Amino acid sequence: MISARGLRKSFGDVDAVKGIDVEVRKGEAFGFLGPNGAGKSSTMRMIATVSPVSGGELRILGMDPATEGPAIRSRLGVCPQEDTLDNELNVFDNLYVYGRYFGIDKATVRARAEELLEFVQLTDKRQAKVENLSGGMKRRLTIARSLVNSPDLLLLDEPTTGLDPQARHVLWDQLFRLKQAGVTLVITTHYMDEAEQLCDRLVVMDKGVIAAEGSPRQLIDEHSTREVAELRFGIADEGNVHEQIAGKIEDLGRLEVLPDRILVYSPDGEEVIAKVHERGLEPIAVLVRRSTLEDVFLKLTGRTLVD
Amino acid sequence: MASQDGLDRLDRATGLGILEGALRQLDYWWTVLKRTWRGGVISSFISPLFYVVGMGVLLGGFVPGDPARLEGATSYLDFVVPGLVAGHAMQIAVGETTYPVMGGIKWHKSYHAQLATPLGVRDIVNAHLGFVAFRIASACAVFLLVLAPFGVFASWWGPILAWFVLLLLGMAFATVIFGISTRMSSEEGFGLIFRLGVVPLMLFSGSFFPIANLGPVLEVVAWFTPLWHGVDLTRTLCLDTVDLPRALVHLAVLAIITAFGWLWAIRGMEGRMRS
Ligand SMILES: Nc1ncnc2c1ncn2[C@@H]1O[C@H](COP(=O)(O)OP(=O)(O)OP(=O)(O)O)[C@@H](O)[C@H]1O
Ligand SMILES: [Mg+2]
Repeated sequence: MISARGLRKSFGDVDAVKGIDVEVRKGEAFGFLGPNGAGKSSTMRMIATVSPVSGGELRILGMDPATEGPAIRSRLGVCPQEDTLDNELNVFDNLYVYGRYFGIDKATVRARAEELLEFVQLTDKRQAKVENLSGGMKRRLTIARSLVNSPDLLLLDEPTTGLDPQARHVLWDQLFRLKQAGVTLVITTHYMDEAEQLCDRLVVMDKGVIAAEGSPRQLIDEHSTREVAELRFGIADEGNVHEQIAGKIEDLGRLEVLPDRILVYSPDGEEVIAKVHERGLEPIAVLVRRSTLEDVFLKLTGRTLVD
Repeated sequence: MASQDGLDRLDRATGLGILEGALRQLDYWWTVLKRTWRGGVISSFISPLFYVVGMGVLLGGFVPGDPARLEGATSYLDFVVPGLVAGHAMQIAVGETTYPVMGGIKWHKSYHAQLATPLGVRDIVNAHLGFVAFRIASACAVFLLVLAPFGVFASWWGPILAWFVLLLLGMAFATVIFGISTRMSSEEGFGLIFRLGVVPLMLFSGSFFPIANLGPVLEVVAWFTPLWHGVDLTRTLCLDTVDLPRALVHLAVLAIITAFGWLWAIRGMEGRMRS
């Protein structure tokens, strides 16, 4: 569906995307996971053929975005990071007018719009002005709008950023159903739980390059341990208490020292905690959990995803 | 710019035919018309009528109707009506291509939504300009129809031809200002366009008094203003005093400005939207 080789994007002297290779297959949900400024949106905008490629090769649905933009866009659904809904139109008209841009006939667009409103649970809002919708509703409307042309490929740039947990779950459920229906999804996110929930395969992106690629499971197995012990110590009189303590437990596993806690990577977290206590150290809080993509990201880049 | 080449190529790939590209946006512009027509009626039809009554009838009562000093008009009302309607065409054109264009880029972001579909930059510029053309044509038609009973036109066909000229005049302004708007980062510059562009043109391009009164230097300056070409052509058509070679020059000037303005607007939109 998408194939990129050495794909680059620069804005003046800012290199936003520095040569990435990506292959997205039919029917899969593919993710770009990365922090702010990683180059996710720049990549998505090139795939959506609204932003010209600065270098490298890009094929979307087997076509060249430079010469076949309109043909590509007619088969894409795009949910941009910033809403581009028309605030002055009501909910239904936003869908209707957009469908007409694709050259779909009036009766078909109307029927399709009603169906989509049902799908995203906005039927009772069909006459409401967009500016009166909540953030979650706007996002759902944007997704409905991106589906009006029954796309083969759906691009979602941070679909749930800024939404409350409940609205996120509603949206995930809808995206999951689309995936079941066979729509190929490309999702960018800086939430590791979103990537884990939705993506079959993903790339970890940072500073314009791809740091790793695989399924969430593969990435965790490859770059992290099964469990993580999180240790939190009280405030020391001087210096970073976590830095000082790290020296005493280096042998227990790979360590990540954060300002507020130490992460110890080990197949058995409980054992780590037991050994910490044996050495007479008194953490004020401990937690054993499974590794997540957040840990993968930390290992690969030395930074946390959301700061 | 590194992306200049790619930008050219993206735009050449518009794909849709010119007409098809614009027609797909008809429903959108219909919704715009439905929500703006009331304000349009007031600014397009009612306030110009105040001008005609205030300037043409009342102020005109103090101006002797001397054809030798009024470019062939037998009354000030006859003289000023074509000037007012031409100025009006300009004002609608500027009004419809300043804030609404910025709105499409920054506020309601309709251009961003449109460009995510098979539509190309050229298509969205054309559809917006088509809407502006409709606004100018309808407002000028009503203006001319309402004034016809006042006996200000020397023939029935003069105002009909003038109507086409007014549309062309309006589009000359619409395309150029559209191009400027796409290159502006904020709406603050629009105040300048109105204060330093529209108002002086309205006052000194022969709408209210013959440009011969400006003195030899400013008169020559006035020849180079697009509004004067539209005013002079509209007036000579309405008064039936057309001089063919001069009329052709006017038409050529307005047509050339419109053609360049159109390309300038499309280039501007490409640069703005295809970064
Ligand atoms: N139009 C632009 N002009 C100049 N620089 C830009 C432009 N768009 C993006 N950039 C820069 O490119 C880099 C990558 O930005 P991009 O928006 O692709 O990141 P992102 O991964 O989507 O981040 P976020 O999570 O904040 O959305 C950033 O340094 C950004 O400042
Ligand atoms: Mg982004």
